[in-house]
Amino acid sequence: MKKIIYLLALILPTQILADWEVNMPRGVTPTSEIAYDIHMLMFWITVVIGILVFGVMVYSIIYHRKSVGYQPAKFHESTRVEIVWTVIPFLILVVCAIPATKALIMMEDTSDAGITLKVTGYQWMWEYEYLEDGVNFFSKIDNKSNNARRLNSGKDVNDVEHYLRNVDNEVVLPTDTKVRLLLTASDVIHAWWVPELGGKKDAIPGYVNEMWINIKEPGVYRGACAELCGKDHGFMPIVVRAVPKLEYDKWVSLRKDNRVAESQNIGR
Amino acid sequence: MSTNVQDIHEDHHHAPSGLMRWITTTNHKDIGSLYLWFSLLMFFIGGFMALIIRAELFEPGLQLVIPGFFNQMTTMHALIMIFGAVMPAFVGLANWQIPIMIGAPDMALPRLNNWSFWILPFAFTMLLSTLFFDSGGPAAGWTLYPPLSLQGGNSMPFVILSIHLLGISSILGAINVIATILNMRAPGMTLMKMPIFIWTWLITAFLLIAAMPVLAGAITMLLTDRFFGTSFFTASGGGDPVMFQHIFWFFGHPEVYILILPAFGIVSTIIPAFSRKKLFGYDSMVYATASIALLSFIVWAHHMFTVGMPLAGEIFFMLTTMLIAVPTGVKVFNWVATMWRGSMTFETPMLFALAFIILFTIGGFSGLMLAMTPADFQYHDTYFVVAHFHYVLVPGAVFAIIAAVYYWLPKWTGKMYSESLGKLHFWLTTVFVNVTFFPMHFVGLAGMPRRIPDYPVQFADFNAIASVGAFGFGLSQLLFVYILYNTLKKDVTAEDKVWDGAEGLEWTLSSPPPYHSFEKAPRVE
Ligand code: HEM
Ligand SMILES: [Cu+2]
Ligand SMILES: [Cu+2]
Repeated sequence: MKKIIYLLALILPTQILADWEVNMPRGVTPTSEIAYDIHMLMFWITVVIGILVFGVMVYSIIYHRKSVGYQPAKFHESTRVEIVWTVIPFLILVVCAIPATKALIMMEDTSDAGITLKVTGYQWMWEYEYLEDGVNFFSKIDNKSNNARRLNSGKDVNDVEHYLRNVDNEVVLPTDTKVRLLLTASDVIHAWWVPELGGKKDAIPGYVNEMWINIKEPGVYRGACAELCGKDHGFMPIVVRAVPKLEYDKWVSLRKDNRVAESQNIGR
Repeated sequence: MSTNVQDIHEDHHHAPSGLMRWITTTNHKDIGSLYLWFSLLMFFIGGFMALIIRAELFEPGLQLVIPGFFNQMTTMHALIMIFGAVMPAFVGLANWQIPIMIGAPDMALPRLNNWSFWILPFAFTMLLSTLFFDSGGPAAGWTLYPPLSLQGGNSMPFVILSIHLLGISSILGAINVIATILNMRAPGMTLMKMPIFIWTWLITAFLLIAAMPVLAGAITMLLTDRFFGTSFFTASGGGDPVMFQHIFWFFGHPEVYILILPAFGIVSTIIPAFSRKKLFGYDSMVYATASIALLSFIVWAHHMFTVGMPLAGEIFFMLTTMLIAVPTGVKVFNWVATMWRGSMTFETPMLFALAFIILFTIGGFSGLMLAMTPADFQYHDTYFVVAHFHYVLVPGAVFAIIAAVYYWLPKWTGKMYSESLGKLHFWLTTVFVNVTFFPMHFVGLAGMPRRIPDYPVQFADFNAIASVGAFGFGLSQLLFVYILYNTLKKDVTAEDKVWDGAEGLEWTLSSPPPYHSFEKAPRVE
């Protein structure tokens, strides 16, 4: 116990506690929220089971030890207890399975989407095609991060804004719109993942995978490729800028007129 | 590798001495020792690679290695630890223990036994040599997913051949285990009277025979895709990259149970011994192990929830995976019930076994969370998964192996290790294992993908802690080597029944046991 306190005393002052992100973000889409809720449900269930099981164990370690003169009991089986601790966990799992199955059905329902965004993974960047709106571009890690990340770059990465989390071309999406994502890849498997927008899905050559997101709050959301795709796998970030529908329409028309620089001011 | 450990055993058969003794040996104890020393060596080689990984991840930015080499390190670290450290350690324990626990003179197939060990040094020399190729070693992860693995350099055929060799070695070892257990038990030892460690190894051996050929098939198809114009897994040729993942994990999930079932057996042996009370629920332990083994063949796709399976498939694999937590839970409850109202003492093997129960269960909890598909879409391929499998493998499988070594070392050598050094080793190892792996849950949940050489600055603090822990853990294992050395240079003083609460035939033999364990089969009541 003392050791732990010393350790904490060493570590704590170096950083304000709020900076220590320890949990899954709840996110801003129905799918990220349900994932979070199920995560927390399971977390608390395991905490309770853990306290019970480890509690019994610790009690036994403290009181049923030879050094306090405890004599061993003789019992070593009981069919009744075995049935109890098979059936109770089973029932707990049934209780967990019901919301999880419902959530899964909801998550996999990509019907009635407002717009469709096709995402293609490349070694090592993303291509985005807005199928209805006819906008199309590549997106890769921004130059500042890309220069700083080289071995012996001589740059302090702590000075780079959004180090490894910024791209040259952001994805712009409308809020309160069901967006269907179609995912594929041209070379190897990648996975498109922005934690605050929900889970990830693999982008696989020869496959077109589907997922949907519906962003409830405007903002900038950052993520990265989540499937090992070669040497620069760690360097293909994703940035999604969510803006209200009207601004999104303005962005589309600027993009269509090739006024890229202007379009990049939308939502800032 | 040390060759001077076991020469106290006199040999009645004019066997060669020196190096030739170890190359030609067919004795289960010699081969068991070879396996265990080999495993220790691999543990340090794999551990060295882990420290390269953790050194690079100590702070954001690349300081030490280029990304390509980083990927070779993660790939090799996993292959070495799984196939070189944990599996051979269990086979070594099987070799030493099975004959002396079932009352047999030796393993059933001694020459096969020699061969299955001596394949390993060649296989690993070949595997490790790829690191010195111009194009480097394998870098696509231990899961070898195509198309990425097909992009690899010249290392690929060497890696595949060495994995084939490891598979052959494992299958031969498994055949030997099954033949020995089914044919050579002492009269009176019915199946349901076998020591629980024997049961878990018997079931593990069947898993090996069922799973390893599947891996062999998958990597052979990779090989022909790369060199002989097939396209099993290349989409452009009409193949299917996802099929590889299905085949791989059909091997891979049983494989993770191959890595843990013998550990269950060890813990189920040690807990009763130091609680001075019989294992609670022996029958249900056997049934739980068997049902875990059977279920392990129908849960594989929980490793690939994000590939875009049909909804029905996702639900099926979610439910079966949740189900596997039930027999796993039964095991934990039985261990706790064994301790309940026992008369416990806390020698080093017991400490490692107790830490196993708590920390393995924490790994089981994160496993249960990972089983929930909607949440796994977030967890998958992050450090949360890395935390999960390190909790079940390091304070799980590895702690059980260390516990087994402390428990049986006095029997094997007739020499008692230093209890105070053993306890120090335990506390250092346990503290550092948690400092290393617990923070990985946090960065994983906060969004750090696995298998990346560099990371955004918001993950810096926990990564620094994990790296410090990893170096502490690695250094603590040098103490383990010192303890082994220190024990082996002592005189033979250990009693035959080293632990007063221990049960089993091995304790009826002398310490160290005779070269041919049971020349006359004992009777079991
Ligand atoms: C309660 C029992 C367990 C459950 C429910 C469980 C569940 C899971 C799930 C769902 C994953 C996939 C996570 C992902 O990639 O998204 C996983 C990964 C893994 N598990 Fe477990 N697990 C359990 C016990 C074990 C045990 C006993 C071991 C081995 C000793 C183990 C070793 C692994 C490994 C090595 C991986 C990662 C493989 C990789 O992607 O490289 N697990 N587990
Ligand atoms: Cu990637
Ligand atoms: Cu699995």
